Amino acid sequence: MKFMRAYGYAIAAHVGFILVWQLVVTLSDIPAFILPSPWDTLKEVGESSYNWGLHIRVTGTEIFGGYILAVVVGVALAVVFVWLPTMNQTFMPLLVTLNMIPKIAMAPLFIIWLGYGIVPNMIIAFTICVFPIVLTTYRGLIEVEPDLINLVRSIKANRWQIFMKIQLPGSLPYLFSGMKVSAVLAVAGAIVGEFIASDAGLGYFLLVQQNSLNTSAMMMALVFITLLGMALYGLVLLMEYIFITRKGIDT
Amino acid sequence: MTAPFIRLDGVRKVYTVGGKEFTAVQDVSLSVQEGELVSIVGPSGCGKSTILSILAELNTADGGTVEIGNEMSPFTPGRDIGMVFQKALLLKWRTIADNVLLPAEILGLPMKESRERARYLLDMVGLMEFANAWPQQLSGGMQQRASIARALVHDPRLILMDEPFGALDALTRERMNLELLRIWKESRKTILFVTHGIQEAVFLGSQVAVMTSGPARMAAHFDIDLPEPRTLDVKTTEKFGDYTRQIYHLLGLN
Repeated sequence: MKFMRAYGYAIAAHVGFILVWQLVVTLSDIPAFILPSPWDTLKEVGESSYNWGLHIRVTGTEIFGGYILAVVVGVALAVVFVWLPTMNQTFMPLLVTLNMIPKIAMAPLFIIWLGYGIVPNMIIAFTICVFPIVLTTYRGLIEVEPDLINLVRSIKANRWQIFMKIQLPGSLPYLFSGMKVSAVLAVAGAIVGEFIASDAGLGYFLLVQQNSLNTSAMMMALVFITLLGMALYGLVLLMEYIFITRKGIDT
Repeated sequence: MTAPFIRLDGVRKVYTVGGKEFTAVQDVSLSVQEGELVSIVGPSGCGKSTILSILAELNTADGGTVEIGNEMSPFTPGRDIGMVFQKALLLKWRTIADNVLLPAEILGLPMKESRERARYLLDMVGLMEFANAWPQQLSGGMQQRASIARALVHDPRLILMDEPFGALDALTRERMNLELLRIWKESRKTILFVTHGIQEAVFLGSQVAVMTSGPARMAAHFDIDLPEPRTLDVKTTEKFGDYTRQIYHLLGLN
């Protein structure tokens, strides 16, 4: 009951969206190759020649791999920038400049450098994801109340203690806000990579089915991509709940 | 009589901002006995906090002498300092009990004893039942009590308080003043209490150092002779009025 009160409207909106979609298909005479019905779309799951398992596995690996790499490298870079101000002064501006390059436009280059396959697409997802994580984590690490630093310095806390006990845990809410932004970007990165060059994955599958105007299979691929994105986002929310929300820490 | 626990003599601090010298404090002299509660009162920018930061070794004096400790009570920098600020500065991701334990962790004290002491202190500041609560579940006054317990957990000889009740509403502030006197008596700590509040300074302190700004210096010093234990009734006595009136004059407020 409590669950329904909290999430009832959200669930209703999702169900309503599918109903409206079905209704539009039923009441209008839009041909199925333009807009297939939800049911026609869902039926595509059973088509074994599509090899859904393989494509989901490939795209999933690219998304999660690129994302996890971005979190690890992003946090590490932020830590380095906080510990070594010279590194920060030197490389943070460069990072900002590099971030201005549309990562999607770099995809063709990655293909030349790395060939095509899972790894280059993972790298594309990584390059899109890493910047928000570096920025938010760095911000979180340096935003500490000056008096709190004074308080622990007065009892001779060393830099490592200040970092481990105050800066690092204090940066978590910031890290999670960056991780949420990046979770969405990771999906886009992986799919774009597949569009440009690949021989497997849901983005590749979309292009192949487009050639034969197989709209319902394309829609189903979109559904799977969305589900992969939701799985990633959901995991981040779950971790945020465990580390932050549960303790009543406002983000 | 034993030597004073704190001796400040002609203390001076100069900052250089953009090539220009700026005197943060000059000529501050103060002598505090162990176990005394001394107030430092003055307007913003008169260097009150600078004095505390020099005592906490967060800053060094540019002139004069600073001595803490005597033969009876040697003073160990770091180990013997407890600080309380205007903000409670509790770590949001730690429970109240774990917040209180922070200095013990940083100083590497034995945790079993420290936990017991934290429990004792939480009981003393009236937060026993909130030991496992998160800081953001507590009111401002309660958070400040927790931060006082934190300043006491490593059993330091000197507590430095920088406008600790400045952010609280008037009634909570009165209550916290009484609480502080009780905690001070129970813990027998030497406390330096910096405040904007003239009444608060006179009510709490056995001496009051008055500082003025522009130039930042110590303008006067009062030994406060008011009945002990101090209750809020003291504030209605003529003597209390005399002290506060003189300080108001010194600060140019009437």
